[in-house]
Amino acid sequence: MSVPTKLQEPHLARRHRIGKAFEWVCCGSTWFGVVVLGVLLLSVGWKALTWPPAKAKPANNSTATVDAQSTSAPLSTKFFSSYDSRKPREAGILAAIWGSLWLIVLVALFSVPIGVGSAVYLEEYSNEGRLKRLIQVNLSNLAGVPSIVYALLGMTAFVKMFGFFTKDEGKSLVINLLFTTVDVPLPFDRTLISGALTLTLLVLPTVIVASQEALRAVPSSIRTASYALGATQWQTIRYQVVPAAMPGIMTGVILALSRAMGEAAPLMLIGALTYVAYTPGDITSVSDIFKNPHGLLDAPFDKFTALPLQIYQWINHPRAEYAHLAAAGIMVLLTILLLMNTFAIVIRHKFQKSTRW
Amino acid sequence: MTFMQSFTELVHQRQQRESAKRIRPVETEFSKLDVRNLNFFYGEKQALFDVSMTVAERAVTAFIGPSGCGKSTFLRAINRMNDIIEGAHHNGTVLLEGQEIYAPDVDVVALRKRVGMVFQKSTPFPKSIFDNVAYGPKVAGQRNHKGLAEIVEQSLKRAALWDEVKDRLQDSALALSGGQQQRLCIARALATNPDVLLMDEPASALDPASTSRVEDLIFELKQNYTIVIVTHNMQQAARISDWTAFFYQGYLIEKDHTQKLFTTPKKKQTEDYITGRFG
Amino acid sequence: MSLANVASPLTPPKAGLRLQKQFSWVRAREACVRAMLLGCASLSLLTTLAIVYMFLTEAVYSVTPDTTAFFQDVSLWDFLTDTEWSPQFADKHFGILPLLCGTFVIAGIGSLIGLPIGLAAAIYLSEYAKPKFRRMMKPVLEVLAGIPSVVYGYFALVFVTPYVLRPMFQSLLRIDVDIFNAMSAGVVLGVMIIPTVCSLSEDALRAVPRGLREAGYALGSTKYDVSLKVVVPAAFSGIVASFLLAISRAIGETMAVCIAAGQMPRLSLNPFRSMETMTAYMVGASLGDTPAGTIEYKSLYAVGFTLFVITLGMNILANWVMNRFREVYE
Repeated sequence: MSVPTKLQEPHLARRHRIGKAFEWVCCGSTWFGVVVLGVLLLSVGWKALTWPPAKAKPANNSTATVDAQSTSAPLSTKFFSSYDSRKPREAGILAAIWGSLWLIVLVALFSVPIGVGSAVYLEEYSNEGRLKRLIQVNLSNLAGVPSIVYALLGMTAFVKMFGFFTKDEGKSLVINLLFTTVDVPLPFDRTLISGALTLTLLVLPTVIVASQEALRAVPSSIRTASYALGATQWQTIRYQVVPAAMPGIMTGVILALSRAMGEAAPLMLIGALTYVAYTPGDITSVSDIFKNPHGLLDAPFDKFTALPLQIYQWINHPRAEYAHLAAAGIMVLLTILLLMNTFAIVIRHKFQKSTRW
Repeated sequence: MTFMQSFTELVHQRQQRESAKRIRPVETEFSKLDVRNLNFFYGEKQALFDVSMTVAERAVTAFIGPSGCGKSTFLRAINRMNDIIEGAHHNGTVLLEGQEIYAPDVDVVALRKRVGMVFQKSTPFPKSIFDNVAYGPKVAGQRNHKGLAEIVEQSLKRAALWDEVKDRLQDSALALSGGQQQRLCIARALATNPDVLLMDEPASALDPASTSRVEDLIFELKQNYTIVIVTHNMQQAARISDWTAFFYQGYLIEKDHTQKLFTTPKKKQTEDYITGRFG
Repeated sequence: MSLANVASPLTPPKAGLRLQKQFSWVRAREACVRAMLLGCASLSLLTTLAIVYMFLTEAVYSVTPDTTAFFQDVSLWDFLTDTEWSPQFADKHFGILPLLCGTFVIAGIGSLIGLPIGLAAAIYLSEYAKPKFRRMMKPVLEVLAGIPSVVYGYFALVFVTPYVLRPMFQSLLRIDVDIFNAMSAGVVLGVMIIPTVCSLSEDALRAVPRGLREAGYALGSTKYDVSLKVVVPAAFSGIVASFLLAISRAIGETMAVCIAAGQMPRLSLNPFRSMETMTAYMVGASLGDTPAGTIEYKSLYAVGFTLFVITLGMNILANWVMNRFREVYE
């Protein structure tokens, strides 16, 4: 091979140019999401802080102009302390915030024990059998079911209870606790509990899969060590495995809850989209709980609204002011979700740093 | 000493095979590669210390030494494979036919076309056999299907794989056996028409039968290519190489004609290693 | 230890030390816990059964004698071939085609935008980006994935249509753009599926062993060649699966398309008009407070069933592709 080796080939330049262009395209695509996120936040934020320009209306608008000057922006302190209203400048998200809060708490109460329990069973108890495979396949398919189908299920199973109780409308089950009674309407109808149960079904697959991953990451040496000390399987799980997997489980649960918080479709089909001018259990502050503790028990069976629903309602409203109210609602919702996401990321980050198995 | 005798015997057998196949002896050679004072670092950690060596044209040079001794690093420095690794840097010069390969105007892609490489684990792409071999020419801009088919056939023939796969060129390369996959990788490297072929323990993951086929192949290939091979196996070095270099802890301890190195090593460490006292 | 001890025969068992199985509260609790956990785990199976039961009884065949299911009133043939969907009019038509058309036009636009961008971002993150940039970008993508669908719908309505589509198409190209239109819904849908495509494809790309990349470089490839001609083909099954999952998500997406595309069932391919998807119909029908038992109410289940079958089919296909064509790297 007497041909001299050439290490500087001019025709390679074209290939390098193509490569560079490709890199730029890919880099641009990565930034695309960030740019959209920025534009979205800016446009929504701008709308949330301004009212639409007042139209030149014929006379008798003296009250309207006073009104426009009295409120500075859609997103103000008043926005948090008032109910929805037919007058856009007086409308707020008090009912929606408390509704969303109740939803999240109830969903967490239902989905965490069931989700973690399922994950523990699948990872710790079941051996690689047909049942486990079946449940696993089922879970991955459930995770892909659109939320609107869950909504239909929630409507059928909780709001109407498959029509089992339609014969005697308005029937309720009175549960006697030691010192007080709770009225449980049957079927659940359009109450918080229906919404919470529907959202629970929706997030369960996510919670289970995330918990399974967290449990799987716990090294088996911990289990072996615990068994060697004479602990039973449940004691090992209860005191060693689950605590060790807790950060991972928490991350998954928070992310799932933040998804539930933003879901509107399931609640719409349940029929929660109504004009609601009260909070569940009439609780609007912590002190109300002490004044009327029974409200805590009544709340799950109250009709409700939630943040995404309230936002949708405002978006659909023809008056321009409501679009700005919707923007203000979106800013509140996004802030809450961002906080939850950040919290989850911080937990995961801490966990990754502090624990080296 | 018996081990010396066995090595001598191996080298002797090889020379007989060489004369039988009319492969010219390796005395009047040019050096293809000239490495001077190469220090190599992965981040803070220094992997090579002041290595200087020449590699003879159209001959097989084997690198031996215990694992972690820097022989693979040295091999990968020759086609700048270490460029991909974050934090890798070096000083010293590596000359390929007198040209500094680390010079700023050198295109690393052009370099790697001239200096092919075969890895320890066979790495067929999950494509057809044909597409695997045609990959190099294709990315280099060869579009003509007839030309590609010719290159594929020639490369597979040179890699002694043609007869086994000629009827199923469109089958997935992953369906081949381990030994066939490794020869496919060699064919794939040959398809870019390199001058130098670097082999990083090409037979260590293969069964004895496949190993001997790959060794035969290397033996054939040295008529046209400059081959540098890293091996764990000293018998293999003795069987196939003309030159052998012994690395230890990042230093090049000794490099000599294979027969001389195995029979009369100059350094104590080399002797200890080839007699099996460590490593 | 004294010597005497060593020499002595085996110590007699302490009273009470028995290794045989016997009833104890600890064992009973173990069994109880196990049963409860199994109950939790089978709840997911129960959910599936409930979904299937719901669709069967409400859409296919009613179990109670005095009610009928949707397909007992409307023939499957009409449902699949009628080109009009008008359950709320006097002259009722139940042809799913306009809804399917709306769904697939919008999901198609979303895929055309979201799939390439998501894949390109995945390639950048897996092949080009520095680890630090990757660590910074991943949470941003997670935030993007966490933005509720209602918000995207609002964004489409108040930003994409008036400030992007109308200037581009109406002012420049003289194409009428409705205030509710399939295009804006498709655009935000595309943005919504980027995180799904990106993170799943990136997982697939990163699972390609390093040796394959090195082999590519050793054959004289540029980074572009290695990324596009070695790594992407090697991760092909994972990428296809991520595409299928993203499309399935786009088809099932509700609020964004409901807000942005409006609720006008239309069998047309013009993306600048209002269209209704299957999901948007379901939301719209529930808003009207349809009484149970009416045919409009039952049509909810028929549409839901169609949607369920399509998305389930795509998910199963995605899993099948992933398992069937997965290249096995040890």
